[in-house]
Amino acid sequence: MGRSSTVKETQALFQSLRSAYAATPNNLKIIDVYVGFAVLTAVIQVVYMAVVGSFPFNSFLSGVLSCIGTAVLAVCLRIQVNKDNKEFKDVAPERAFADFILCNLVLHLVIMNFMG
Amino acid sequence: MARSLPGFLALIVAVALICCSFAAAASTFQPISESHRSAALETFDRSYGSLEETYEALQTFDVLGVERKPDVGTAACQSVSQTLVSSSSTLKDIFYALKVNGVLKCEVDADSVEGIVSTLQTAVGSASSLLEFYHSIGGLVLVKNQALKDDLYLADAEGVFRSIKALSQSDGRWRYSSSNPESSTYAAGLALEALAGVISLSSSEIDQSLIGTTKNDILKLFERVEKYDDGAVYFDGEESDAHENQGPITSTWSVIRGITSFAAVTSGNLNLPGEKILGLAKFFLGVGIPGDAKDFFNQVDSLACLENNRVAIPLILSLPATVNSLTRKDTLKVKVSTVLGSDAPPLKIKLVRAKDTPAIESQELKFDSANKVHVLDTLEKSVDVGNYIFVFEIVFNDPEHKKAYAVESKTEVPIFLTGAVKVGNAKIAVLDSDLGSIETQNLDFAGENLVSLGANHLQKLKLRFQLTTPLGHPFKPHQAILKLTHESKVEHVFVVGNTGKQFEIVLDFLGLVEKFYYLSGKYEIQLTVGDAVMNSFFRVIGHLDLDLPEAPEKAPRPPVQPADVYSRYGPKAEIAHIFRAPEKRPPQELLRLGVNLKNFPSAAAPAAFAALFHVGIGAVLLLYVFFWLKLDLFTTLKILGFLGVFLLFVGHRTLSHLASTSSKVKSA
Repeated sequence: MGRSSTVKETQALFQSLRSAYAATPNNLKIIDVYVGFAVLTAVIQVVYMAVVGSFPFNSFLSGVLSCIGTAVLAVCLRIQVNKDNKEFKDVAPERAFADFILCNLVLHLVIMNFMG
Repeated sequence: MARSLPGFLALIVAVALICCSFAAAASTFQPISESHRSAALETFDRSYGSLEETYEALQTFDVLGVERKPDVGTAACQSVSQTLVSSSSTLKDIFYALKVNGVLKCEVDADSVEGIVSTLQTAVGSASSLLEFYHSIGGLVLVKNQALKDDLYLADAEGVFRSIKALSQSDGRWRYSSSNPESSTYAAGLALEALAGVISLSSSEIDQSLIGTTKNDILKLFERVEKYDDGAVYFDGEESDAHENQGPITSTWSVIRGITSFAAVTSGNLNLPGEKILGLAKFFLGVGIPGDAKDFFNQVDSLACLENNRVAIPLILSLPATVNSLTRKDTLKVKVSTVLGSDAPPLKIKLVRAKDTPAIESQELKFDSANKVHVLDTLEKSVDVGNYIFVFEIVFNDPEHKKAYAVESKTEVPIFLTGAVKVGNAKIAVLDSDLGSIETQNLDFAGENLVSLGANHLQKLKLRFQLTTPLGHPFKPHQAILKLTHESKVEHVFVVGNTGKQFEIVLDFLGLVEKFYYLSGKYEIQLTVGDAVMNSFFRVIGHLDLDLPEAPEKAPRPPVQPADVYSRYGPKAEIAHIFRAPEKRPPQELLRLGVNLKNFPSAAAPAAFAALFHVGIGAVLLLYVFFWLKLDLFTTLKILGFLGVFLLFVGHRTLSHLASTSSKVKSA
């Protein structure tokens, strides 16, 4: 009796999460997709390394780090662009996007250097 | 000496029941009367399903002294014999069969009696629930009282007593069995009756301490009573899914049966206050005539138990008529009787005082032994018309009776003293401001003459009269209203003012012209005088020809008198509802992967910048590829510097343009 009720509760929880998420604006959803893509790429690289071996290690590190780094930058962008977030009300979304682009370029320069 | 319930119920049948007719009594209680008997015939006039229903009907008829139909008796006796002979009868069936036998006194042969007694004795020994105890012990008590078997005793009466006592609770209620925690007041009544049965069936004395604790239980139970404002006291039942019959009437009935049977078999006092017993009687008398057969039986059986019990017999003070006419020289009659209407012991009734009327002094009522009423006949000399609250007190001739009977210390009864109020000195006159009275006519309210007057808007109408009570005092009624009705049925109502000694009203038509809607013509004059204690009347006094000036253009029209009074209840106009247009909802957009070309500026210069921005980013990324493939860091950094500056410039232009457009959209 108890188990089915917890199952029902988790189902209800997911339902409510899904319906709440559907309400988020589209631009945030795009950023979320991008973050998801970056993390997925990182996971694929780790799996590849686990299969093939970690030589050369620096390549692996740079690859994973680039994915994680861009994911982190995208999350920062999302935080700054989200209208509900009161701390970043003064920051125009375009400024946040410019920061995102700049940081990404710097990150990729470093990565390219490290990759060898 | 163990007294049994069927025994003294048979006694009651022998008592003569006096029927009294009565006007509606405000807050007094009336003992059982003729209307109860006829209602009983109606309520119980149906075929009875079970022995329980048969018993209830027969017992009710018995107590009320109603004659039952002969075939009912024979059919019931047959059913009784069958049940007592059959070996598959339940304890409940045997119990009710014996109860019916107690009322009807059917012929029961000795063999079936033996069989029944042995069944019941075994049942007592093996009983575990309260209902089993109640039915088996009750059956044995009935067998003993109907003298069907001699020398009937319970083996181990004290053990049975203890087992029943074990089901009691500390708040005075009883549980139905040791496994079920449900308890109720109804069960308490059953348990007390069963315990009384055990005491009556035991061959030796039961331990006095047990009886003492049971008496304490009864006192605890009585702490749970509910009260009404008029003094009625009852036990509120409990909600129960397993057992029905838990309402206030059934629970109170059960407790009354329990305590009266317990008091009958124990010596000493139960120490219950008389007001509570009187309150229980008032509760059942206050029920009136119940519609349900079970409630009827419960009411009648409880009153029969209270009629002749050893705790305190309640006596009811009632008045056959609370409305007395001074003109007809009615005397105030007061009756004291038991709940079923039997005679009370010799006593005196004193009128202590009348509330808020110091003129009425304390006096004793004379007893009319022929009609068994107490009479107060000095009223018309001292008391005028009106409504009063008389306070009566009962004093027993024999002071010993005070302990045996329960009476109210001071009974308050609302009394209406009515009388014929005379209208005298009635005059109606038309007054002119210059000439004084033009015509004055004397009104004779006794005769049929109608006066005929004429007036115009510059004159006044004056009506004057006096009202005198039978004792000669001026009287102020509740209503004195004058109504003038036009030929077109438009009515005007005025209240006649009182100047202490007489009633007078002056209608100044100059001020009333607008109120009368400028309607000239014949007006009917009608006077209404009304009060609860007088002979109220409304009379058409006469007609008035009123001459009013022409109505100006903007005068208010008289309200249209509806030709058909019910036309205002016809269907109304249809209402068309306007609904708000539904809100515009954004189209359902699922997540798509693609290029978002929204917000791409359409104008030329910003478009060029935007395109250059994307080209710049692409160039940087291409540079990185080359860096990885071929170039070294320093070259890369040099080129990156140039590209970066260019990108910053272009990006700044694009993004600020985008920001300004979006802020324009926001403010717009």
